[in-house]
Amino acid sequence: MAAMNLLVNGKRHTVEVEPSTPLLYVLRNDLDLAGPRFGCGLGQCGACTVLIRGEAVRSCVRPVSQVQDVEITTLEGLAKDGQLHPIQQAWIDEQVPACGFCQNGQILTAKALLDKTPNPTDAQIRDGMKNTLCRCMTYYRINAAVKLAARRLA
Amino acid sequence: MKASRRTFLQSSGLLVASVASISVEGVDAFLQRAAAGPYPDPDYLQLDSWIVIRPDNTATFFVGKTDLGQGTGTAFRQIMSDELDIAFENTTCVMGSTDVTVDQGGSGGSDALQTDGYPMRRVAAEARRVLLEMASTHFGVPVTSLKVSDGVVTTNIGDTADREITYGELIGGKKFNVTLTGRNIDATTGKAALKPVQAMKNVGKSPRRDDVPAKVDGSQRWAVDMKVPGMLHARNVRPPVVGATLKSIDESSVKDIPGFVQVVSRGNYVAVVCEREENAIRAARQLKAEWTAPATKPFPASEDLFTFMRSATPSSASEPTVVGDPAAAMPGAATVIEAKYDVPFQGHTAFGPAHALADPSKGQLTIYSNDMKSYGMRNGVAQFLKMPRENVRVVWMQGPQAYGRTAAEDAGFEAAFLAHELGRPVRMQWTRQEETGWDTKGPAYAVTMRGALDAKGQLVALDYDARAADFNHVGYNEHDTVLIAQLIGQRKAQPARGRASFPSDKYAIPNRRMAGSVVPMPLAWETPVRMGNLRDPDGPQVTFASESFIDELAAAAKADPVAFRLALLERGTGDDAGFKRARSIACLKAAAEKFGWEARPSPNRRGSGDLAIGRGVAYAYRSETVVVEMVEVEVNRRTGRVWVKRIACAHDCGLVINPEALTRTLEGGLLHSISRVLFEEARFDEEKMLSVDWVSSPTLTHADVPERIDIVQVNGDPNPNRPDLPHYGAGETMCKPMMAAVANAVFDATGVRMRRVPFTAARVMSALKA
Repeated sequence: MAAMNLLVNGKRHTVEVEPSTPLLYVLRNDLDLAGPRFGCGLGQCGACTVLIRGEAVRSCVRPVSQVQDVEITTLEGLAKDGQLHPIQQAWIDEQVPACGFCQNGQILTAKALLDKTPNPTDAQIRDGMKNTLCRCMTYYRINAAVKLAARRLA
Repeated sequence: MKASRRTFLQSSGLLVASVASISVEGVDAFLQRAAAGPYPDPDYLQLDSWIVIRPDNTATFFVGKTDLGQGTGTAFRQIMSDELDIAFENTTCVMGSTDVTVDQGGSGGSDALQTDGYPMRRVAAEARRVLLEMASTHFGVPVTSLKVSDGVVTTNIGDTADREITYGELIGGKKFNVTLTGRNIDATTGKAALKPVQAMKNVGKSPRRDDVPAKVDGSQRWAVDMKVPGMLHARNVRPPVVGATLKSIDESSVKDIPGFVQVVSRGNYVAVVCEREENAIRAARQLKAEWTAPATKPFPASEDLFTFMRSATPSSASEPTVVGDPAAAMPGAATVIEAKYDVPFQGHTAFGPAHALADPSKGQLTIYSNDMKSYGMRNGVAQFLKMPRENVRVVWMQGPQAYGRTAAEDAGFEAAFLAHELGRPVRMQWTRQEETGWDTKGPAYAVTMRGALDAKGQLVALDYDARAADFNHVGYNEHDTVLIAQLIGQRKAQPARGRASFPSDKYAIPNRRMAGSVVPMPLAWETPVRMGNLRDPDGPQVTFASESFIDELAAAAKADPVAFRLALLERGTGDDAGFKRARSIACLKAAAEKFGWEARPSPNRRGSGDLAIGRGVAYAYRSETVVVEMVEVEVNRRTGRVWVKRIACAHDCGLVINPEALTRTLEGGLLHSISRVLFEEARFDEEKMLSVDWVSSPTLTHADVPERIDIVQVNGDPNPNRPDLPHYGAGETMCKPMMAAVANAVFDATGVRMRRVPFTAARVMSALKA
């Protein structure tokens, strides 16, 4: 066990855990953040996605010791001043989620995609989102919501 | 007041769609009473069990269903607020928690609106009737002199000034104390009549789903998020090969792990329990256990499955359905063709592995679960642990959904068992490998089709013969078939018989036989090839064979596949109460129009370079719902990749409550079906599953999404404006035809017939080369 210093959604936290503990469990169990979720523990599905330095990162395979003192953003941290991020609003306007369990990963992966590629082509959306899975198969609406968000962010 | 309600509901885990304007009284008192336990069944014959109205003229509906993300909760609010005549936005809905909602069975069978919607409508109509009587007494005028809108009753006597009173003023915070009648919950009714469809204001509109915002902003609390004081984390340790027997456990191999609590083993069931989750994960990996492999290989390798199924001795056979005399009609026909179709085991493979939290505090047992059948879990767990039902409740919460008999049930029983053993709250979380490997599978089908055409190309005889690997089909939340019961050895004396299902078309074929038998795996009880309901539950397998073969017959007759089907439907003269034949014809025509179907026989090789382009159609119905699907595919001749580029789906489920939610449900279901036909197969060698994660068990991704999906909501009822137009089910029908539609499109594009699911790139390449 060791003290780990984390900066999550603009707040500093110190937690006593094994340094090898995946970030996901610290976010969920120590910091009580429910946005990132366990889907595979293998970095294959995207349920546990968080943003670190603008990159969509799979927190289930990232040891907590490697992400100390860097800005980590979870789904809870996307809204600013009580205003949903335009990507979140697009998700509501397109009525994207079904069960919704994967949508944390979808939204944050889309955020990282749109930050880098503000006006993505259809092929860029497919390629950028293809490793973030959804078993309710809401992909068609996600594609539409990414395009809607891109238009609104332009 | 508002804040306290929110806090309470979150801490109790109950799902209440949050409506900011709604305050609390009534409902909170009701829920808090229930939370203490014990938990007798809410009485479905009491109006108060269904509807609570508060002084501020808001209402909460309590229904015994669960919403898997298809918007049924919002639809319940639509139909009930219409019958009650209260503003939709002033309503909320509590679903699926066994202590506060009547037992409507949770989800299943796509019957939420078709069956359970009616008692909901009737009790809401009864509440309206009772409230109008109260208003009548209040004003001293007859009910016929009253009108009501948005929960405000107004006198309507003409020459005097209108007076008004709200529902909230009439009954807010008080009980109805009205007894309903009905021999069972589906028959629950009061004295009031239902409204004609034309008088419903919210039905047919698309208010946004009330569960979406919290799923997007991160505020949703899911079953995976439930925490209670003193909670422990558990992980399972499964047998390394199927059917293995536990020989010994070396507990010292995990004793040094910080916060280690206990290894629990019973029979072949093993779990580790720790204070912290990451340590439970480590303990499950680190535990030294010795197992003995079974003497008999539990199953054939999945590559040999269909050979095995076709040669195995059936454990049972269904009584064939026979029309005319197909055996006599076949030999003399101008053309007779035969084909075999194979669909493998496919998993539910929930996106979030199975999980549950069980809390044994105060002599009660509360299970927080996303299982769609919370009532069944309550009954099953009570039986399994030999506890009185009144001491067990299941609080249904949002979670990853996978449509059918999922491993959420197995995890619920395991959490309950461990909590019971340890006397402390235990959270069970399956791994990805467990979820993909050990959840129940939709049964494999091996079907032989034979058909005969006369000289004019008319279908004169059709024979369907199915073998389903469905022996020992696992039911819902059964105390003697859940995985822990199987591993402990508390099994049913007789495994379930299973079934082989028949096609569901309405074709008029003069000579027809449909037959089916069930075949068992070598070790009937051994897991993880456990057969359980997977979305439909076997229509995709059956319809893959039947609708592919209809296409093969159309090709043999050199007929257009749509015209060939229309002729088979139009040849019939009778119809049923659901007008399934007439509505099938309407859906075929509607889909063809939306798709831009060009009438011609298949195949018609086109496309350029590596890409072959084709189109295909298939149709099915389920219960009273009709669906026709048309797809355009691209087949890459160089890589074998099949891409479904475009879909047109015509769907008739009678009265549509929420068109947008229905469209989303259909879109998702269509893609789920494409995933099953192109990618999904539970693969195994002779002793273990090989499909255990997203690499070894691929699924459809963003890269495969069609460019365009057109949904046509058809109302093909011969009397479409009738006041009692029924609302049929819509959650699964769309899954039936897609496998065949894609196969038919691949044939149209390439002239090659795919008869073995899934159409992986490798399988398509070898078919193209053959």
